[in-house]
Amino acid sequence: MSNPARARLWGWGRTNPSIADEVTVAASGLAATLKETGPRGALARGLGRSYGDAAQNGGGLVVRLAAGPGDIVLDSANGRVTVGAGVSIDELLRIIVPHGFFVPVTPGTRFVTIGGAIASDIHGKNHHIDGSIGNHVESITMMLADGSTTVIGPNSNASLFWATIGGMGLTGVMIDATIRLLPIETSRMCIDTSRVPDLDALFATMSCGDDDVRYSVAWIDLVAKGRNLGRSVLSRGDHARLTDLDARDAVAPFSYGPHQLVAVPPLVPPMGVLNHASVAAFNEAWFRRAPVRRVGEIQGIGAFFHPLDLVGSWNRLYGSRGMVQYQFVVPFGEEDAMRTVVERLSASGAASFLAVLKRFGAANPAPLSFPEAGWTLALDLPGASRGLGDLLHGLDRVVLDAAGRHYFAKDSHMTPEAVRRGYPRLEEWKAVRQAVDPLGVWQSDLGRRLGLI
Amino acid sequence: MENALGQPQTIVLLGGTSDIGLAIVRQLLSPTTSTVVLACRDTERGERAAAGLRHHSVTIEVVPFEATATDTHVEFAASLVEKHGDIDVAIVAFSLLGDGEVTSVDVAAAVGISEVNFTGVVSSTIAIANQMRQQGHGSIVMLSSVAGERVRRANPVYGATKAGIDGFAQGLGDSLTDDGVHMLIVRPGFVVSQMTTGLKASPFATTPEKVADATVKGLRARRRTVWVPGILRYVFSALRHLPGPVWRRLPLG
Repeated sequence: MSNPARARLWGWGRTNPSIADEVTVAASGLAATLKETGPRGALARGLGRSYGDAAQNGGGLVVRLAAGPGDIVLDSANGRVTVGAGVSIDELLRIIVPHGFFVPVTPGTRFVTIGGAIASDIHGKNHHIDGSIGNHVESITMMLADGSTTVIGPNSNASLFWATIGGMGLTGVMIDATIRLLPIETSRMCIDTSRVPDLDALFATMSCGDDDVRYSVAWIDLVAKGRNLGRSVLSRGDHARLTDLDARDAVAPFSYGPHQLVAVPPLVPPMGVLNHASVAAFNEAWFRRAPVRRVGEIQGIGAFFHPLDLVGSWNRLYGSRGMVQYQFVVPFGEEDAMRTVVERLSASGAASFLAVLKRFGAANPAPLSFPEAGWTLALDLPGASRGLGDLLHGLDRVVLDAAGRHYFAKDSHMTPEAVRRGYPRLEEWKAVRQAVDPLGVWQSDLGRRLGLI
Repeated sequence: MENALGQPQTIVLLGGTSDIGLAIVRQLLSPTTSTVVLACRDTERGERAAAGLRHHSVTIEVVPFEATATDTHVEFAASLVEKHGDIDVAIVAFSLLGDGEVTSVDVAAAVGISEVNFTGVVSSTIAIANQMRQQGHGSIVMLSSVAGERVRRANPVYGATKAGIDGFAQGLGDSLTDDGVHMLIVRPGFVVSQMTTGLKASPFATTPEKVADATVKGLRARRRTVWVPGILRYVFSALRHLPGPVWRRLPLG
């Protein structure tokens, strides 16, 4: 076990860092390390891919779980895996894909840990069919504030289990989790792509066709204005069947070796390179290069699910002021609210890089889980954008008035009031936390900022 | 915790009736702001200042603060954190200008101003900085002045205290960097405010609002120093190198 070292910790957006004592420990050394926790508490951190301050604990202890042998135990017969909380989806996929399994849910990057994924209750392009990751977790082994270890699941200490799903790491430190996997016949995707001219057409297309396909997502151009407002590239599909592959690919149906093409060097001009002009040009090119309609294209897992992972450290492109992610959901029937948000973003002249719009299915029982039935939009904005505060606080009101809410893992600007309105079951969650952590050992910058703790 | 947009939740103003300090607070206010603490000697005037901020939906608290009561500063800073949680931004804005003609010859008056402007600032800033060290984040705005850049014969005590706290803030700021705490030194020129009522404005005079604007920009960009107006940086880099006899004869108020 190493000793804690002072470290400046950031979220992926590189906006508001804080200093904490950081230490990497094996699960066996966790209890001893946590005994050293001071008044600023402790928090587990994964790969730091949440955008804001969710994995920061200024002045306190931040623990990373060391990888160890036996971190991934695949039970092929039953289609489930027990995986260490510090293992990334990248590492997991490299083990399970060759055995014909896929993770039940993946976000837009494979560089997140299982612990972080569960703490954020991540969703993917299949939420409308499969729900979020919490729906697929059979059990979690976790360390509680008193140093004891317990196993929780939907049928075993269910209230703590669901408080931990989406609980942002504030109920305990996950050690491992057992997850049901998705059997696949090949490591390829079979994808239909189509251009959609505007927002109304997008709502209509997704509303009628989504339920027939496992994966569905629209890349929406938020710089486009007027009759192009909300123009999108919709891509939908599923894992390719063996019969979908041509003879050459069918020889090695489970071959999987994702890689990074380039990495952004540490030295980017302080103002960044993503501004309104460059983003507008990129978005235009993206839309133009997409086929008007193409059916049954065979793609790799990486190209379909994790395109941004091709560029290492792409967050540096935003320069020293970093970037702000904004993701919210509004229930079905509140399409006008979504339209208002898209109009305001387009009119603001903010340089929003490709944004993602998707349809969510039903919520799961977790009180702080983000997804609920409705439309979700996720976008990046340069932190240095003029008037960004007024713009986002204005959008917050539109979203909250439409009974929507914001995603903790992406958040870096919300207020406690917005959380109370967006998450009406917050007090229920707090009561569960209070029962297992009466002294407030688990703390984070996000928890303090948003009044979760 | 300050959010990604550089909007603080909790703001503490030492010198709660300072025109410049209040202008900075107003500029920082956003829907994110939950608490503003105005710490001042004259709490009645503090309440009036608070009334001017009240249309925003934040909790504004006026607390008594005595710069020269240095033995109370540690407890004062601790009580702020206990009551309001992390301090995101602390603005050190109190100082006395004094009448240069008096303080140049009157020992008691000179000591009085030195104790407020220098000893009081050093003491209260360290007390607050220690709290921020423990939270691993936070920003301190130090209201310095171009008067400290090269001290004028017209008001040597005031100028020297500003020179003193400016140097103090530079050194302390460097020592705080590794603790995640950001020190911003603000060097305004002549500011038209209650402090300078009745004085003849110098060239490049500015306003509390302009100082506040530059300060908030400096905070968001995590600068070490800002000059207001910006040109004073270059004016003073010239003035600093003038031969003494020339400097002494300059008609600088």
